[in-house]
Amino acid sequence: MAHFTKATSVKDWLNQRLAIDKVEKVMASEYWIPKNINFLWAMGMVLVVTFVLLLVSGIFLLMYYVPTVDEAFYSVNYTIMREVDFGWLWRHIHGVAASVVFLVIYIHMFTGIYYGSYKKGREMIWISGMLLFVTFSAEAFSGYMLPWGQMSYWAGMVITNLFAGGSLHADGLVEWIRGDYVPAQAFLGRFFMLHVLLLPLAIVGLIGLHFAALRIPHVNNQDGEEIDFDAESKKYLDGDKAGSKVIRFANDFMSKDIMVVGIFLIFFFYLVFWNYSFALDPVNFDPADGLKTPAHIYPEWYFLWSYEILRPFNIDLGLILFGFAQVIFVFLPFLDRSPNTCPANRRGTMFKVWFWLMLSNMIILTAMGKLPPEGVFSTIGLVAAIVFVVQWLALPFITSREKKV
Amino acid sequence: MKNKEPIILIVVIFFSLVTYYLVEPFAHGVMHKHVESENFEYKDLPALTKSGNVANGQELIVNAGCVGCHSIEKAGMPAPMDPVMAAQSYGVNPPDISEAGAIYDARFLAELIKNPAHALKVEHKFDESKGQMHPMVPFYGMGGDIDQEVADMVAYLQDLAVSPSEVTPKMAFENACGRCHAVGYENWTQIGTKPEFKHEKDALAFDIKVLEYEESLTKYMGKLPPDLSMYTRSRSEDFLRTFIENPQNHLAGTAMPRVGVTADAAEKVLEYMKDSGDTKRHERESIGKNVMIYLVIFAFFAFLWKKQVWRDLH
Repeated sequence: MAHFTKATSVKDWLNQRLAIDKVEKVMASEYWIPKNINFLWAMGMVLVVTFVLLLVSGIFLLMYYVPTVDEAFYSVNYTIMREVDFGWLWRHIHGVAASVVFLVIYIHMFTGIYYGSYKKGREMIWISGMLLFVTFSAEAFSGYMLPWGQMSYWAGMVITNLFAGGSLHADGLVEWIRGDYVPAQAFLGRFFMLHVLLLPLAIVGLIGLHFAALRIPHVNNQDGEEIDFDAESKKYLDGDKAGSKVIRFANDFMSKDIMVVGIFLIFFFYLVFWNYSFALDPVNFDPADGLKTPAHIYPEWYFLWSYEILRPFNIDLGLILFGFAQVIFVFLPFLDRSPNTCPANRRGTMFKVWFWLMLSNMIILTAMGKLPPEGVFSTIGLVAAIVFVVQWLALPFITSREKKV
Repeated sequence: MKNKEPIILIVVIFFSLVTYYLVEPFAHGVMHKHVESENFEYKDLPALTKSGNVANGQELIVNAGCVGCHSIEKAGMPAPMDPVMAAQSYGVNPPDISEAGAIYDARFLAELIKNPAHALKVEHKFDESKGQMHPMVPFYGMGGDIDQEVADMVAYLQDLAVSPSEVTPKMAFENACGRCHAVGYENWTQIGTKPEFKHEKDALAFDIKVLEYEESLTKYMGKLPPDLSMYTRSRSEDFLRTFIENPQNHLAGTAMPRVGVTADAAEKVLEYMKDSGDTKRHERESIGKNVMIYLVIFAFFAFLWKKQVWRDLH
């Protein structure tokens, strides 16, 4: 056993047992961050704050929500919204955050792509981030089921049908997932468990992995510059703060994080109090009715782009391309063959066009995914889906021809 | 190096707003056709040209047989049957007309008396030539000038009713919508507010009456009209307003009649629906203001802190 001395203070007592000084250094005061990064790098903290808002509001909702097909809708829309003091606030925070978190994730993701933050030693940051994205998607979908509204029911029906594997007709598999022939009590019970226990646990674990993945390669910066963190941090500690290329996480970068979070919260609570329905589809305020199909069935906005990759093709090809779209982002660090780590706009025309086209095309796919698949909309959707696939197939070729800048 | 953050922020906001516009206003505009409001003017119905006489109207309403089906509680004339039995006879319980003059438009009332299927826009369902009679018998006149007689009846109804400004949201809703639509979250059933019963037996007996009423109503309407508790959230306010005004504009061929409320009464109906589906809206707005003030102060101090910390870093 280690040698313990009589503690001189509470902090010293804890220090001998928990090494809080060391933890503080590693986590905050000597966790070195490049100085030349902009507010987009604060999106990680914005996501942490949004996740905490989801967790806390979710705990309050969990106290009153009843996971049965007869009571679920009523417990959400009557008990929580009317009977429970501030139940409406928790619900709106939860509902708005569920949508906003995806907006911030997409900004975070495209920031990473634009600045090449997945390259050269940072592959694990990207891969753990993409795993987080997939888990968040599952978390969002399982949560969407819980109020047992009309769109919950039909989205559950449509999404679980995907597991029939197109013309494979794996009907047994679909029923096994649902626990019934249609979404019913067994289905609701499972998704309830997934939403409140298993998936949040996985998310917390993945957030840990995502942070750990940053420790060695360090955060990327606006110029993709390789920084000698040991030399630069020594400069900082010797007092040359202005000359050093790095800063501490706390309080240096954290003060900027908090400022961005402050501005974000103004926007967030504006939505919560005055524009909460932007996140809650009106169709979901009709109770689930298995005998009445809604006129239009569509997922929440953040799934629309991948839904639109599924839709314009016949069922088998659609499923294959849908699967392709789901996993292809994970392989980005390996598909990008370029030696450059720097902003997309400085990497030559080919990648610059690739980046902005990818961004615009995903917005087009998102829009077409919501519109009814008729006339010109289905043509645009088809073209956009093909462009998406072609762009990913072309990526290794255009990046391997890129010159070193 | 030049600070690029403002331009980055503009790029982020631009792409977010484009996505929002395409997914929300644009997609919804494509999926749901826009219905222009008719401003509750009922211009398709003839205007009242005669000014009515209240005393004559009162006499006419009693003599023309209106009170054979309609109660006028305010004038001491109770309903001839209970709602369940009335629904078994007519399909739906004929309303008490004590406050009709304050809630419904005068043009609409006049046409309703003379030609109910036309005023209610349910001629597709009740075609006299095919023997499909509307349960409300049209008034064919007492021998005098029928327009004058109808004007008198409307004048009596308006005189009897409270002044339009005294109509409460509940009164407007129950008169115009409440005999077909339940509002579970407000404890409203088609035969009235469900009382608190001491014994479960009595509560069940009441539920049975509701079910019996709904059975007749379902037969009459083709399907049971939906519970409206959450309609303020599941439909937009604009949709509800134009739907109340003329259901056929949104849902051609629907069995739901045009209810004929005045513009003021329609707003009260909407107010009632918001009370059931969005009860906490006043609380939300007042708390929202305080939270915003707090957050602006928080963001300002965060900004000052950042400035202070970064002073040494540049």
